[in-house]
Amino acid sequence: MKEIIKLSDVVVDYYRNGNTVRAVAGVDLTLNSGEILGLVGESGCGKSTLGKAIVGILQPSQGEITFDGQVVKKLTRGQRPSHFRNLQMIFQDPYGSLNPRRKIGVQIADGLLVAGMSKKNALAKAEDLLEKVGLPRAAISRFPHQFSGGQRQRISIARALAASPTAIIADEPISALDTSSQAQVANLLVKLVEEFKMGMIFVSHDLSIVRRISDRVAVMYLGKIVEIGTVDQIWNNPSHPYTKALISAIPHADGNSFMPKDLPGDVPNPLSPPTGCRFHPRCQLAKPDCRISEPRLVRLSDNRDVACVLQNAGTSPNSISLD
Amino acid sequence: MSLLSVKDLTVTLATGSGDAQAVRNLSFDVGHGEILGIAGESGSGKTMTALSLLGLLPYKGRASGSINFNGREILASTKREYRDLRGKEIAMIFQDPMTSLHPMLTIEVQLTEHLLHHRKVSKEAARKVALDLLATVKIPDPAAALTAHPTQFSGGMRQRIAIASALACEPKLLIADEPTTALDVTVQAGILKLLHQLRNDRKLSVMVITHDLGVLSSLTDRILIMYAGSEVESGPTSEILKNARHPYTKGLIAALPGKVKSASKNLTSIEGMPPELGNFPRGCAFHPRCIHAVDSCKNDLPGSLQISASHRIFCPVNPFLSSKEGDK
Repeated sequence: MKEIIKLSDVVVDYYRNGNTVRAVAGVDLTLNSGEILGLVGESGCGKSTLGKAIVGILQPSQGEITFDGQVVKKLTRGQRPSHFRNLQMIFQDPYGSLNPRRKIGVQIADGLLVAGMSKKNALAKAEDLLEKVGLPRAAISRFPHQFSGGQRQRISIARALAASPTAIIADEPISALDTSSQAQVANLLVKLVEEFKMGMIFVSHDLSIVRRISDRVAVMYLGKIVEIGTVDQIWNNPSHPYTKALISAIPHADGNSFMPKDLPGDVPNPLSPPTGCRFHPRCQLAKPDCRISEPRLVRLSDNRDVACVLQNAGTSPNSISLD
Repeated sequence: MSLLSVKDLTVTLATGSGDAQAVRNLSFDVGHGEILGIAGESGSGKTMTALSLLGLLPYKGRASGSINFNGREILASTKREYRDLRGKEIAMIFQDPMTSLHPMLTIEVQLTEHLLHHRKVSKEAARKVALDLLATVKIPDPAAALTAHPTQFSGGMRQRIAIASALACEPKLLIADEPTTALDVTVQAGILKLLHQLRNDRKLSVMVITHDLGVLSSLTDRILIMYAGSEVESGPTSEILKNARHPYTKGLIAALPGKVKSASKNLTSIEGMPPELGNFPRGCAFHPRCIHAVDSCKNDLPGSLQISASHRIFCPVNPFLSSKEGDK
């Protein structure tokens, strides 16, 4: 498998009223082609910010993001190297991400026209793409308001596909959709990733969907990745107390009246993150040392990375009990 | 005698292209201290059902049928009677607590307003009740919270405050419309626990509206599944989730991502989309998407069929299939 996106020590800051908010505080991550990497965490953990930085909407203040070996630069109004056309993003809100006053066809064809294709060919390609995402070819001459949320998200996907991407960052692509459409759109994304051998970072707060469609999962907390591993590792044997807490909070729809466990407290204010391990104020297993030293991501013996003092590099993960 | 008994409720809304029925012949009960879950996709009429209980239907919306609450018919209430009912006997919380809390007013004002209106108590007494309520919903430092504004709290805390506000006049029924949809799972679990506790401690009846079957499984005693304004299936929660009999309910359960741990990444989905208001298909509204549909489904409204004393479905075809066959 080829490494397509690589992040090393990426930091993204927002500046507000003279304060610096560190939304992403040093993230290392790789995405291979043909894989779906789920990026999960509570709201405010920086997962969307990270997604935007990867495609170059935001500029990292430290660290480096490379796509296909080349450093991603912030988007400017003018030129963006054609090389980065293959790196695309799908947004959460299909109502906000399509221009309501332009026909679907031309919105999909935009990227193709920029790439130098003739208008006729571009529109023909747009029709093909609509078919690919499960919409009628005739849809090219319709406007966004004539479609439901799920259909609009399909249009957004077609638009991303127009650039024949090798990597897609999907930021909560199904959260705004109805139950029926959620499964359909998730299936479509899985199919496209396989068909075009793309890599995809699937940003979501819905852990059960992530579990189903991802190959690997990265868990983020307050700007940092606390654990990353295969879906099975993360789900069946989480090695970070935060991962464990997230999974224990998911309700089970099995009719056995299982009561999910809550994680008391809120994600701390990123303006003044806790010292030491960022999770320690909410962690039931925190030790005195957790307030002082910040754990680094270490590689466990089963090839997953975790940032927690309870785990030691090179050993098999200690199982965690929150009871 | 149930606390709430709804019979043949039909809600008609005025749309751009004429009248349309958003809720059709819906009947259900909510017992004392019972938690009923109403599930369905957007446009299935679940929110309109709730709003009709409170007399809050949109402009030109009409409800017919019968709504018996605590032994009295409330559907034909006057505006004034509804005003006395809302907040005092039936309270409601919404998906986004920011829309039900006023951003410019302190929590104290918002928690005491209805006490002052309905109970005519003194400001001091109302303040004391507000403090107790905040403690009940587990807001840390209630005294400080009273002087704060909603924006100073996180989403989960705001929802707790909205619940406190709804409980102020000790209503008998709490309607919760997607109470946890906007929240993170870790926070959602806390709210579910709180609602459960309120039911146990106060014998509060709760009607939860959600599309999340996981939430329903944790929280409810009974579930009513709606599709295109009508009931398709209802029964005890464990019965519905373990032994669903209507093709739509089965489809919803099969589409749960966590349901089967298979090697395939593909999620099972119900093909097609739910119909839009005003365009509900004739006969069984689900028939265009139903893999078991027969000719009669296209024309005849499905009648109710009792599977057991408390479990019924509105489908003439599927009960003759065993629950396994329907999973295909």
